[in-house]
Amino acid sequence: MFEDSVLSVKGCNIRFRRSGQGPAVLYLHGANGVPSVQPFLKELSKNFDVLVPEHPGFGESDEPEWLENMHDMAYFYLDLLDQLKIDQVHVIGSSLGGWLAMELAIRQPNRFLSLSLIGSAGIRIPEAQPGDIFLWSPEKSAENTFKDQKLVDWAIANPLDQDTTLKNRHTTALLAWAPRLHSPMLSKWLHRLKMPVQLVWGEDDRIMPVAYANAFKRLIPHAQLSVYPNCGHLPQVEKSDDFVQLVTSFINKADHS
Amino acid sequence: MKVILFHLMSYADLDFDATKDYETVWLNLPNRFFDPVKGNALYNRYLDELESAEPLGFDGVAVNEHHQTAYGLMPSPIVMASALARRTKRVKIAILGSALPLREHPLTVAEEHAMIDVLSGGRLISGFVRGIGAEYHTFGLNPTISHDRFHEAHDLIVQAWTKPGPFAFTGHHYNHEYVNLWPRPFQQPHPPIWVPSQGSKETIDWAAHPDRRYTYLQTFSPAKVVGKYLKSYRDTAEAFGYEAQDSQLGWAVPIYVADTDEKARHEAKKPFELFRNRLLKMPFEMLLPPGYSSRSSLKGIMAAKASLTQELTLELAIDMGMIICGSPETVKDSITEYWNDLRFDNLLTMMHFGNLSEELTKNSMHLFAKKVLPQIQALQSETLVRA
Repeated sequence: MFEDSVLSVKGCNIRFRRSGQGPAVLYLHGANGVPSVQPFLKELSKNFDVLVPEHPGFGESDEPEWLENMHDMAYFYLDLLDQLKIDQVHVIGSSLGGWLAMELAIRQPNRFLSLSLIGSAGIRIPEAQPGDIFLWSPEKSAENTFKDQKLVDWAIANPLDQDTTLKNRHTTALLAWAPRLHSPMLSKWLHRLKMPVQLVWGEDDRIMPVAYANAFKRLIPHAQLSVYPNCGHLPQVEKSDDFVQLVTSFINKADHS
Repeated sequence: MKVILFHLMSYADLDFDATKDYETVWLNLPNRFFDPVKGNALYNRYLDELESAEPLGFDGVAVNEHHQTAYGLMPSPIVMASALARRTKRVKIAILGSALPLREHPLTVAEEHAMIDVLSGGRLISGFVRGIGAEYHTFGLNPTISHDRFHEAHDLIVQAWTKPGPFAFTGHHYNHEYVNLWPRPFQQPHPPIWVPSQGSKETIDWAAHPDRRYTYLQTFSPAKVVGKYLKSYRDTAEAFGYEAQDSQLGWAVPIYVADTDEKARHEAKKPFELFRNRLLKMPFEMLLPPGYSSRSSLKGIMAAKASLTQELTLELAIDMGMIICGSPETVKDSITEYWNDLRFDNLLTMMHFGNLSEELTKNSMHLFAKKVLPQIQALQSETLVRA
């Protein structure tokens, strides 16, 4: 069972869920937040101490005045880890959360034992334009997030409540409207990522096209790349079992290296 | 009442058939549909129409700013206002307005407006807007900082106009070591500032503030909505402890005049419906990007989404007071009636809309100027008389 609590970090209250024992694994969510603990997180908590915060500006967390960009978000998370006295941690970041994971890891490379980046934002390449998430209707968003039609239908039939949707969209725009879904500064410092890195992508990702997986692979040559066929932007949902297995063995290997 | 001819300069020659499957004429309608030769003719025709406002007796002319759209061909209203400054001698020239947050350096707005004010001998009315939601997609500007940039750009511009330079300006978005405007504006302390809006509490609170008392202009809306927001401005002013003057209020509305009501309705129908149902149409996500409006306003708008996206006929629009259309008598009576109800001292007449032809535009303007304009210009509120 995930313990669901409010964590206060230097006056900013966030929703914080945690479960399991073993090496600490921090999950950083993407633009749609993490309104519920998804099955892949429950599975991972059988082997790891899984930390699931809602970022400032998302879900039930505060919207602090100081939050203006991804750099602010990164320093917030370093404060959070300091406060929890977590010296070393593995990170899984999805989309916007993948970008955030890299912003954290270039700042304190020794603190982060491994990075698993899923359909990650953070860089821009001229040959592939990310999907324009801000122009999509809720229906179009669902269609462009999942490959599996059943998941598309489910997402359309089970929207988040309006307040949470508007709040998440607002903060996503705040962080990622322009430059769109990336920081021009990030790629300059990716050589600082000496820890094991894996890139996990859906072949049919229509938000961060798979060309971005290849671009990250060029920028982080030691990264391991896994691309799932018949899969959209969220392999942790669409290919949950495979994903859990992949991440579990990746983290275990990183821990013993 | 002051009556100003307001032109949107739509791309009236758009191939409306060939583009009918596009969701909108904003943002991503391919620009191969723009023909520069037709554009040349349209620009010159539209400027002729605006220039004719002076001999016809209007009090002013007005232009506005929109980007990457067939809705209007004025990404820079500055260009049109400059042309008008040279070809007119008497009328006010209103820029309604310049989209402040879209500028990387709002000081350029201060400079350009000051230039037009000096060039025209103090005839500029300076409108400040944020740009509509679509423009945040067009420019890639973050809509969540739109309000903040607007307010800061406003402060910088007004200081540049009024404070002896050189001085330093240190803001969150804009920083200048030397603000020292050459030329300074002609009008003292600065040109009148107007705030055109589709209606929002935040905008009214800001415009009505006693430090500003800017003229609030409700743009193309049903009369009921116009009434609601003009009243809201008056109430806000009262809450601030002063009585709003009618000169602080305005309404921008399409107007069409022909000899009879039937003829007017017949002639205005297609161009108006094209304007309302094609040129103004855009997806919700394009119109209202996150942060452009407060989330509470956004929820209100989402609740009314169905009625906003519903197609309108001319007849329904006349009933709703979204257009004033008919014989000179009908138009004069209806404006007088609205004026009696709402009390605003500035009427912005949009006498071209959609693809209304040159001939019909001219006829309507001439009839209006001859048989409506003098009577409505004579409308004066008691407060003004008392003053």
